[in-house]
Amino acid sequence: MSTADWTLRSFAEPPPALAAARTEPAWVRVTLIGVALCFLGTFLILPLAAVFVHALQEGWDVYVASITEPYALAAIRLTLLVAAICVPLNAAFGLAAAWAITRFEFRSKGVLVSLIDLPFAVSPVISGLIFVLLFGLQGLLGPWLREHDVKIIFAVPGIVLATLFVTFPFVARELIPLMEEQGADEETAAVSLGASGWQTFWRVTLPNVRFGLLYGMVLLNARAMGEFGAVSVVSGHIRGQTNTMPLHVEILYNEYQTAAAFAVASLLAGLAVVTLILKRLIEWRAGRRGGVV
Amino acid sequence: MTLARVRPRRSALPGFGPTLGLTLLHLSLIVLIPLGALVWKSSTLSAEEFFAAVTSPRVLAAYRLSFGTALAAAGANALFGLIVAWVLVRYRFPGHAVADALVDLPFALPTAVAGITLTALLAKNGWIGSWLEPLGIQVAYTPLGITVALIFIGLPFVVRSVQPVLQDLDAELEEAAASLGASRWQTFRRVLLPAILPALTTGFALAFARGVGEYGSVVFISGNMPMKTEIAPLLIVTRLEQYEYAAATAIALVMLMISLALLLAINGLQAWANRRQAA
Repeated sequence: MSTADWTLRSFAEPPPALAAARTEPAWVRVTLIGVALCFLGTFLILPLAAVFVHALQEGWDVYVASITEPYALAAIRLTLLVAAICVPLNAAFGLAAAWAITRFEFRSKGVLVSLIDLPFAVSPVISGLIFVLLFGLQGLLGPWLREHDVKIIFAVPGIVLATLFVTFPFVARELIPLMEEQGADEETAAVSLGASGWQTFWRVTLPNVRFGLLYGMVLLNARAMGEFGAVSVVSGHIRGQTNTMPLHVEILYNEYQTAAAFAVASLLAGLAVVTLILKRLIEWRAGRRGGVV
Repeated sequence: MTLARVRPRRSALPGFGPTLGLTLLHLSLIVLIPLGALVWKSSTLSAEEFFAAVTSPRVLAAYRLSFGTALAAAGANALFGLIVAWVLVRYRFPGHAVADALVDLPFALPTAVAGITLTALLAKNGWIGSWLEPLGIQVAYTPLGITVALIFIGLPFVVRSVQPVLQDLDAELEEAAASLGASRWQTFRRVLLPAILPALTTGFALAFARGVGEYGSVVFISGNMPMKTEIAPLLIVTRLEQYEYAAATAIALVMLMISLALLLAINGLQAWANRRQAA
C-alpha cells in the first residue's frame, strides 16, 4: 500500500476524471495534513496531555489527596451547585425565548435576538464587574443590601448571577435557528386538533428540539463549571465558601502547589473531554454538524 | 427550496404573552440592568476624569497589548484554521474523527486550566519551553505567550466558521474551472477563496473579539508587568482590587463599546456570508 493511499480518497468519490479536478497532488495533500496535525498536536493535544501528566507527577497518592482535601471538595460542591442552578434556569429561558421568537411575529425581534447574544461580546471580567457595580458595597444597591444584611458580592449569589450572565445565550442560540427551520406546522396541527398549549409543548415541541436543547445544555454546563474571569471578580476567593474549582486551581497554582493545581485541573479537563464526547454523540444522533458556539 | 413559506401574522399557537414576558424579565434582570449599572457608574465621572482614566499611559499600553495580541492571534488562526478546516473537509486520514472533535476543545476546556497548562508547557523548564530556551526564544511571560494563549482560544471560531461553507461548496465550480484550464492553485485563489472569504472573515472577527476580552487563559502566561505584559481585562481587575471602581468602569466601558462595534461588524459579515451562500 502506498503512503498516499489513505489521503487519496476524497470525501464524495466522484468519477475519476472529475475527481482529479477537485484534488491536489499527493505532496500537497501530505504537507497540508502534516501542517494541520502538527498545529492541532501542539496547540490542543499536547496541552490536554500535559494536564494529566502534571497532575500525576507526584504520584497517585498526592493526586487523590489533592482532590479529596476539604477545600477541594468544597470547591467541587460549589461548582456543582452553581451549574445545577444555572443550567435549568438558562435552559428554561432559552426555550421560552425560542418559542416567543420563532412562533410569533412582533416588532424589534431582531433587536431582541441581538440582545440575547450580547453576553458573548462582553469580556468575562466586565461580566463580573457589572454585578460588583450593582451589588457591591460601593454599588447602586450596596447600602440597601447592607442595611438588610444581604450579601451578594463575595458570596454564592454573586457567583450564580455572574455565571447566569456568561452562560445566558447558549440554549437560546441553539434553539432559535432549529425551531425556525422546523416551522410551526406540527404545533399548529396539534392545537387545531384540540391539544392545549402545554400538551403541544410536551408532546410536539420538546421531542422535536430535544437534541438541540441537550446540545445547548451540555455546552452551557461546561461553561458554567469552567467560568473563571467573571466569577473571580465577584467571588472574593474565600476558601471553603466562595471558591469554585477554577478559582481553586488558580490559588493552588499561585501557591506553587503545582501537582495539586493540576490534579483539580484534571477533573475540569475530564469534564471537557466528556463534553466533547457528548457533543459528538448528540451531533451524530441528530444527524447534524457543529457550528460556532 | 420551497416558495415563500406562508406564515400568518397572528399565530394560532398560544403562549406568546408568558414566553415573551419571561424572556424580557430574565433578559432585563440578568443582562440589561447589570449592564446599565456600568453606564450609571461611568456617568458619575466628569468628562475630564473619564478621559484621564482611559488615556493614561498604562491604560493605553494595556489596550495596545490586548488589541495587538488579539489581532496577531486571529491572523494566525485565520491561516492555520483555514488549513485545518480544509484538511478536515477534503481529506481522510487516520485520526480524522478525533482531530475533528478536538477542534472544539478550547470551547470546552475551562480557561484557567488552559492558562496554567500553556504556561507550564512554555516556561523555561517546560516541554516546549526547554526546546526554545537554547534558541533564545522566550514565550511565557512575554506578549508572544499571550498570543499563543489567544491562538488556543480562538482556533475553533475560524475552523467552525469555514468548515460548513467548505462542505457546501458546489463541486461543479471547481470542475468547470479545471475544464477551462485553470491550475489547482488558480482554482483555489480565484474560485474557492472568494467563496469562503466571508466565512473566514467572520471566523477571524469572532476570534479577534474573543481574544480582546479574554482573561483566564492569558493571566497566567502573561507575567502581568504594567506597561509590558498587562492586558486590559487584567487592568480592570487591578483597579477593582484597589477600590478604584470608577476608573475600572471607564476602562470597561471603552472595551465594551469596541466589543459592541465588533459584534455589529460580525453580524454584518454573517449577513454577507449568508447572502453569498444563498446566491
